Amino acid sequence: MTRYAPARAPAYAALACLLLALAAGFLPVLRLGLAQGLQGIDPYIVRVLSFTLLQAGLSTLLSVALGLPLARALARQAAFPGRALVLRLLNLPLALPSIVVIIGIIEVYGAKGWLGGVFDVYGLQGILLAHVFFNLPLAARLILSDLERIPPESFKLGAQLGFGARDYWRHVEWPHVRSGLPGVALLIFLLCASSFAIVLTLGGGPRSSTLEVAIYQSLRADFDPQRASVLALVQLLLCATLALIAQRWGGLSAGWPMLRLSARRYDGADRPSRLADGGMILLSLALLLPPLVALAAAGLSRIDVSPLLLRAMVTSFTLGAASAALAFLLVWPLAVLAVRSGPWRKVMSLAVLTSWIVPPAALATGWFMSLIAWSGVPGVAAFLVIAMNALMSLPFVARALLPAMAQSAAAHDRLCLSLGLSGWNRFRLVELPVMKRAIGLSLVMALILSLGDLTAISLFGTQDVVTLPALIYRQMGSYRFDEAIGTALVLGFVVLAFSSLAERWSAAR
Amino acid sequence: MITLADVAFRYEEMAMLFDAAFPQGAFTAIIGPSGSGKSTLLNLIAGFEQPLSGRVLIGGADVTARPPDQRPVSMIFQDNNVFAHLSLWQNVALGISPSLRLDEGQKRRVAAALGDVGLEALSARRPGEVSGGERQRVAIARALVRDRPVLLLDEPFAALGPALRRGMLDLVMAMQKARGLTVLMVTHQPEDAQYAASHTAYLEAGRILALRPTAELFASPDLPGLHDYLGDWRHQPL
Repeated sequence: MTRYAPARAPAYAALACLLLALAAGFLPVLRLGLAQGLQGIDPYIVRVLSFTLLQAGLSTLLSVALGLPLARALARQAAFPGRALVLRLLNLPLALPSIVVIIGIIEVYGAKGWLGGVFDVYGLQGILLAHVFFNLPLAARLILSDLERIPPESFKLGAQLGFGARDYWRHVEWPHVRSGLPGVALLIFLLCASSFAIVLTLGGGPRSSTLEVAIYQSLRADFDPQRASVLALVQLLLCATLALIAQRWGGLSAGWPMLRLSARRYDGADRPSRLADGGMILLSLALLLPPLVALAAAGLSRIDVSPLLLRAMVTSFTLGAASAALAFLLVWPLAVLAVRSGPWRKVMSLAVLTSWIVPPAALATGWFMSLIAWSGVPGVAAFLVIAMNALMSLPFVARALLPAMAQSAAAHDRLCLSLGLSGWNRFRLVELPVMKRAIGLSLVMALILSLGDLTAISLFGTQDVVTLPALIYRQMGSYRFDEAIGTALVLGFVVLAFSSLAERWSAAR
Repeated sequence: MITLADVAFRYEEMAMLFDAAFPQGAFTAIIGPSGSGKSTLLNLIAGFEQPLSGRVLIGGADVTARPPDQRPVSMIFQDNNVFAHLSLWQNVALGISPSLRLDEGQKRRVAAALGDVGLEALSARRPGEVSGGERQRVAIARALVRDRPVLLLDEPFAALGPALRRGMLDLVMAMQKARGLTVLMVTHQPEDAQYAASHTAYLEAGRILALRPTAELFASPDLPGLHDYLGDWRHQPL
């Protein structure tokens, strides 16, 4: 049978760009890192590696240990008033840029904060607090979606057999959660092991630095490419190992599930269960709400629409739009082939996986060294920020485009073939109108990611290229925390506006 | 005797009202179009749904307020009757104790029930390692050890082929006769009703329109909906 065969040249071009970006990132790192061999691994690097593993391990442990009972409480108490609101609140931390949340956390737990003195916000405690803030909701959502996949008959059976809370846990809930738990834990560990903004702002010094931040410091503060490449190699090995294990467990493909109504449950109505569940939900709210409320309360009066802010906003949007466009141009030609051919599907998922696991700072090390001769050329910094953010958003763009693309291929391929409709004409007349929601969603996702980015802008930014997150970080660093709060609130609003748009589009699909 | 006294229930836009008495110690089939309320009827009797008003009586006792495990009822669903991570033996043993702590006499009862449904050789296997028919036999064995006077079956054999289905019906019929159970079985197969059930109830749009001896119900000229539902299916002499 004749099949619709899209042009391959754009896909080869996209692949060439990706390979070039990876080669420029890793070849110098490999060369410089391997040349130093084991001698490069000095006590400083060992310390940084141990701290990276320690904080990621503890963050994961806390997030899962709290996320599991929270997920169970939300699954079991399926009808309390405000449940929908709690579920929406669980989406919020993942939608907000980390720098925005960090400002909220400092406002609450910092020395002069509402709850100043409860935690030491700079150092391990602060890092754990922020990581739990982001990953407790993530863990709870992923585990909740596992719990909601339990067949309704299992709960009926339990009700008929007189199960108590422990029996439900042992025979119904735990067996369903157990298989997904390692994937959830690995995913969170991977996110925490490569988190940048939180450690940069709350780390509070070289004693609590992670690989990602140490690379940034070697490159930008100490200008020590040798040390940076050894760190980058270690970080690369760590992330690749974790991602491969996680991939095997299916954790990465679990993705970001949509929340839906849960199956009818017959347990959890007794007093002890309701007290325990209510307590767990309140505890989570006590953790999640204060930083958000503090940010909104303190920020509103401090929004200063200065030329600096406006300029940062323009820069943020320009860079964000460019990186969204670049990400789209890289993903689209690959996706067109991936939904129609097995080998290209593998190529595509490999590209997506690579961009998902590549630690940005490690990649930046190589780019830095490859392009050092060009460092004076205007626009290089902005281009590198755009390229890095585009690369980081590939998985999200792909996830937004692929299902709609597959649908369109199945629905229109034969008709297009019989009409001789292909290439640009097909894109203009068929895919663009049919997939406009998915295309919009993919662009907005990439834009949101780029708007919240502090990693790429810290690594490559200059005096002239300042985005909103970079401005916040700068204001924090120069003891103008009041201004930082105002800027953070503006950034938070902008990002939430776009993510509610994205949510509407993805729900309407 | 299972009595539904003016039991009202609402599912989304559909209002249902059940008023009927199912004969004690008999095998009653429940037929009717999809969405007519057949499964809801069983869920109300089993206690998985609460009526808006009205009462559910089993053997003369009002069970309306009782939770599912305190009703004299066992129910078998179309699928997911077993826990995939437990062995067949454990799945049956759950019928005696949710904590799976059984004394010697109880263990013998589990073994006997597995023997009655022909699964003694497979008792150490997990549900994933046996066939769909064998998984339903596990549910029957569990109902045997629970030993409740009422057995509700919600399209339990719909996923099985004709020969296998007939074998399962034989098993349930033997159990019903030996223990004098009151059995209600939802089915979409008229021939299953004719083969196994002494009585048949016909439901339409949330009401029980008729509850009669099976042969009489299928020959009833006063139920136009029934004939639409059955289509060109004709009564086959068995």
